[in-house]
Amino acid sequence: MEKKPYASPYIAGVGLGLVLLAAFFFTGHGLGASGAITRSIVAVEKVISQEHVDNNAYLAEYGGGDTNPLNNWLVFQLLGVIVGGMLSGIIAGRFRKEINHGPRITPKQRWLYAIIGGALFGFGAKFARGCTSGFILTGGAGLALGAWVGMMVMFAVAYITAYFVRKLWI
Amino acid sequence: MFAPLSVYFNWSNGIDLLVSFIIGIGFGFALEQGGFGNSRKLAMQFYFRDLTVLKVMFSAMVTAMTGIVFFTAFGWLDTNSMFIPQTFIWAQILGCAIMGVGFAIGGYCPGTSFVGLSTLKMDALFFIIGLFIGVFLFGEMFPILEELYHGKYSGNMGRITLYEFLGVRPGIIAAIILIMAIGAFWGSEKIEEKFGNQIIQ
Repeated sequence: MEKKPYASPYIAGVGLGLVLLAAFFFTGHGLGASGAITRSIVAVEKVISQEHVDNNAYLAEYGGGDTNPLNNWLVFQLLGVIVGGMLSGIIAGRFRKEINHGPRITPKQRWLYAIIGGALFGFGAKFARGCTSGFILTGGAGLALGAWVGMMVMFAVAYITAYFVRKLWI
Repeated sequence: MFAPLSVYFNWSNGIDLLVSFIIGIGFGFALEQGGFGNSRKLAMQFYFRDLTVLKVMFSAMVTAMTGIVFFTAFGWLDTNSMFIPQTFIWAQILGCAIMGVGFAIGGYCPGTSFVGLSTLKMDALFFIIGLFIGVFLFGEMFPILEELYHGKYSGNMGRITLYEFLGVRPGIIAAIILIMAIGAFWGSEKIEEKFGNQIIQ
């Protein structure tokens, strides 16, 4: 199937904004992605050792005692994201196996850097209490002070870092 | 006031989960349509080649923000029952700085990496493996990070908004952000033109 070009960023953006507005209007939650990861990890740790989860204040918040960490809107929203992304990709002919990387690195190098970048992002998102979706975008639309400061910091640091790692992408 | 509907109509947990799943479908669909499933498209923003991320994020935020301001003004939406993240300023500055490094090296953020994986982008799978490692480490290291996370070094300011912090009406901040967004759209078009419109299609 022919690969269709991406939508206009303004149309995609207004669409995303309406989804976010609907999330507030219907559920009051907003959007989120990294919370589902935390909950999945706690779910596994619970199976291995409930005592370990109960003894750590952070893990206990999600899965202490009889709490099921997966019984939460964040988990179901992320499942929806996977379905929605796949639907859009299939309709647009973009549902195909690819490894996207800069021209000066190999796919294997890309994998390594993706793991490193992901680990940093995950660690940072927990410190900030949410990632680009759950903290910056959702909090930004709600005009939260921390979200706007965080947005400026995240993009400033990303632009500076990108200069030093330009071999990875250009 | 009748919204958030889940609060005012006392939705059960099951309905909340179902509606969240449907909202997730819209979220994933919009991200994929915008090109956020492709790490190269996301990373090219940092080299001024493709500023889609900025345009999508600002359009989305302005749309949702305007909706919230109007819904509140009409008396439909109760912002007190709406999620507004609490501000822990030092913890969040540190966290967002680490996220920025991860974004530039990894090329994705958490939400977009799942969209990438949903369309079989294999680099997204490795980013997600990284996410699990990072989140796991944070959880395990929590006892030594606690003071910085919500203790005396975290900069806890509570559930505070820009307009409360600056002591002005929400509409004024919304209008300033709207003007900033229009400026950012105009600026990004100019920058992309200067770099020869190397937009990833």
